[in-house]
Amino acid sequence: MTTIPATPMIAAAPAEVSVETPAARLVRKFVANRLALGGLIVFVLVALAAILAPLIAPQNPYDLAVLDIMDGSLPPGELSGDGKPFLLGTDEQGRDMLSAILYGLRISIGVGVGSTVIALTIGLALGLFAAYSGGWRDALVMRLVDLQLGFPPILIALILLAILGRGVDKVMIALVALQWAYYARTVRGNALVERRKEYIEAARCLGLPYSRIVFGHLMPNCLPPLIVVATMQVAHAIALEATLSFLGVGVPVTEPSLGMLIANGFDFMMSGRYWVSFFPGVTLLITVVSINLVGDHLRDILNPRLQK
Amino acid sequence: MGYVINRLFQGLMVIAVMAVLVFIGVYAIGNPVDMLISPEADQAEITATIARMGLDKPLWEQFLAFLNGALHGDLGTSFIYNEPAVRLILDRFPATLELALAAVLMAVVVGIPLGVIAGLKPNGIAGRSIMTISILGFSLPTFWVGMMLMMIFAVNLGWLPSTGRGQTGSLFGIEWSFLTGDGLAHLLLPAVNLALFKTSLVIRLARAGTREVISQDYIKFARAKGLSEPRVILVHLMKNMMIPVVTVLGLEFGSVVAFAVVTETVFAWPGIGKLLISSIVHLDRPVIVAYLMLTVMLFVTINFIVDLIYAALDPRVRRKESA
Repeated sequence: MTTIPATPMIAAAPAEVSVETPAARLVRKFVANRLALGGLIVFVLVALAAILAPLIAPQNPYDLAVLDIMDGSLPPGELSGDGKPFLLGTDEQGRDMLSAILYGLRISIGVGVGSTVIALTIGLALGLFAAYSGGWRDALVMRLVDLQLGFPPILIALILLAILGRGVDKVMIALVALQWAYYARTVRGNALVERRKEYIEAARCLGLPYSRIVFGHLMPNCLPPLIVVATMQVAHAIALEATLSFLGVGVPVTEPSLGMLIANGFDFMMSGRYWVSFFPGVTLLITVVSINLVGDHLRDILNPRLQK
Repeated sequence: MGYVINRLFQGLMVIAVMAVLVFIGVYAIGNPVDMLISPEADQAEITATIARMGLDKPLWEQFLAFLNGALHGDLGTSFIYNEPAVRLILDRFPATLELALAAVLMAVVVGIPLGVIAGLKPNGIAGRSIMTISILGFSLPTFWVGMMLMMIFAVNLGWLPSTGRGQTGSLFGIEWSFLTGDGLAHLLLPAVNLALFKTSLVIRLARAGTREVISQDYIKFARAKGLSEPRVILVHLMKNMMIPVVTVLGLEFGSVVAFAVVTETVFAWPGIGKLLISSIVHLDRPVIVAYLMLTVMLFVTINFIVDLIYAALDPRVRRKESA
């Protein structure tokens, strides 16, 4: 019961007799789009670089003992005092930008993926709860969703951070508070359709317990559209975290994400030292674009309305 | 009429709920003494302010006082500027409004033609490249693009000024940048920056609308009638495709105003967004509360107007609601 039974897809194409499993078909359709496949490969590489940062980074950018002020503000490719090259240059404290970016990626991706997973869990639970219980409970959850989705995410994030203050945990709280509503709405809409289908009726007739129907049968069939929303939301969350940190209300200076690195380089950019801001920005861009390419294509292949 | 009252009531409910949430956020979650009294105040001042603001009273009495102030347009006095918070925001609002309108205008002028082209030839080279560009537009972080625009056009090429509003001209007693050449030059880069995200959105809406409308019978009929292709596209297609685009843009206008926070910070544009960020950084809470309440009202007003226009255009909406 842990795998996703792809009942809706079989139901959508009953005439098609195929030995191909739904999962294999999904993989084949995904791989067929080179742009999306490229996006996936790039994202896996970026994520690996973030996870392995302590192993592959030339230095620990936050160990002040290894920083040498004599190496400050070197352009990309320049050699340090002891002969090691700085591929992406250094900041004014002599910090290797490549190392800073790799460590910054850890925070950016960690915050983005972490907040999405937490928000997904909360949204899934509340959406299923609303759809299955109906009545005033449903109305209450949905009015809350409407209220929140009526305001732009950045405004809500700014409100929350103005109240909570700065910090990685606080940014995560703000991002979770922003995202849960999207999942709750998607899940509820889907669950309302799914619960009228025969397999749920069959499960009820078998006398299965309530929890098993909801979590064993209803939930797995609500997941495909949720995966699409979640993929796009990871990209949004990473970009929003960068924006908030750039504005000076996000992560603290001691735990610099990519947005923080870009903000730090803002002043140097005007004096021609573009690399302090430019490379963290390019890294952020590559990460967000690769996730969006994957999400965009996933949406196309999982959307039953676009299937022939 | 019943529909109008119903919508008005819903809008007022949203404002009331937001007032309660903002109140809880500022007065109950955080320590109101830290939030509402300047950190530089000494003990005597703190005691005096607590008594004056009634922070020693029960929470529900404080809430009534907050509501009473809000209804009279009094949301407190800024610590930094020592001026009423509401007036500070209203003074800066025209700058933000001008920036947001310029951005929406750009998004429409650039986005609609590109979206129609992508919708007419979804699998052609032009259609595919336009859609890829729009993904890029969604993905590019606004603040970073703003910095790059500034670096290229203001610092390296020196074509355009980098910060501020430039010279302004006066219209209806309000200062506007678009009335002078210098002001327009200052407006261009921030407006392009803010328009980027919405242009991608307009491209997608226009493309989806075009694909839907193009397969309708009346388009086939117009073609069968022997109308020229430009006429079919410019008159029959555009007219029907614009409805969702205009609706979404109307609803999105509030989010452009909110997102101006980022662009205003990058380009030092003296609008309400920049004021909000500096208020958060300096813990100028009355200004934050005033910004939130005024933005909520702006949103509710926009939604109300869009609802009314919708109901005026489509009688089905009215009947469904009153039934």
